[in-house]
Amino acid sequence: MVTAEIRIELKHGVADPEGENTKKALELLGFKGIRSVKTVKVFEMDLDIPASEAASVCEEMSRKLLANPVIQTFRVQLK
Amino acid sequence: MKLEEIKVCILRIEGTNCEQEAYDAFKALGADPEKVHLKQLIGRSPGELRRELDEYQVLMLPGGFSAGDYVRAGAIFAARMKSHLAADLENFIASGRPVLGICNGFQILVELGVLPSFDEIMSEAPQAALYTNVSGRFECRPSYLKHENHGKCVFTSLLPRGEIVAIPVAHAEGNLRFPSESEEEFLMRLEENDQVVFRYVDPNGDYAGYPWCPNGAIGNIAGICNPEGNVLGMMPHPERAMFRYQHPDWTRSGGKPDAPGDGHVIFRSVLDHVSKRF
Repeated sequence: MVTAEIRIELKHGVADPEGENTKKALELLGFKGIRSVKTVKVFEMDLDIPASEAASVCEEMSRKLLANPVIQTFRVQLK
Repeated sequence: MKLEEIKVCILRIEGTNCEQEAYDAFKALGADPEKVHLKQLIGRSPGELRRELDEYQVLMLPGGFSAGDYVRAGAIFAARMKSHLAADLENFIASGRPVLGICNGFQILVELGVLPSFDEIMSEAPQAALYTNVSGRFECRPSYLKHENHGKCVFTSLLPRGEIVAIPVAHAEGNLRFPSESEEEFLMRLEENDQVVFRYVDPNGDYAGYPWCPNGAIGNIAGICNPEGNVLGMMPHPERAMFRYQHPDWTRSGGKPDAPGDGHVIFRSVLDHVSKRF
């Protein structure tokens, strides 16, 4: 079994309203020194496929569903 | 064909929640709508409930939070349609039959690659995104839309160009985005192909930022159609403005409460088109 982690991030230059709102709320709670907050989505999956194929399958998954290439990038990491 | 013979497929899965209003809108105009679960179209329902997309003249993807908006708004519904219904949907669109996506329905059409559809009926990957509103909030209120289509879109054929309509929005992800490197090019192609249908404006009809544009969409765009004009996606909800009494100013503006509201013309236009063409 392979465990894969697929990390979906916003493309550089795409605004992150959720991150900015979170930053604002944290500051209201008194936290100081927050330079920026970025939201990231991580899918962790256990796969019953040969390790040699896992990376390309995960990339295919990202292209077909997990990421929208217009605004997001993906990164696959096998554990 | 006769109005009462026009069958409208209002497609739903779990989490869709505007199917009743969509049904009522088509029903009020005398068409024959049916709320159909996706499973009924892909052979995963008892025999008597099975349907074929080909039986219908209009396909409507209503608003809501299909599949809980998991992954991205509309992404799961789109993936499920793409896996089992892609060929049927492509044939449906190629035959010129109208497809309407409202709110979550628009998000699904974009995730499917059916809008903006510059080069093919359904692109392999999405060419646009309906991304989180710039405000970071769920924006739920009336909005003003200017009709900008030159006549290609079958859903606005009875609405004069330049007319301003008041139709409510209710979404958290309506910020239309194109790949940053092709923004200008895509906007130009939309204009050239007469694909821009509605833009958000202020009450005077001028393009304006927030709050008139509730989401920060590129070019203030609220709705676009495909190059052929038979697929329309829009964030605002015309089915929630079928009657005057659904407008916030109806007691002030006079008129009968059940006179047509501003969203009425969308449904009237498409049914008029279908009855003449098929």
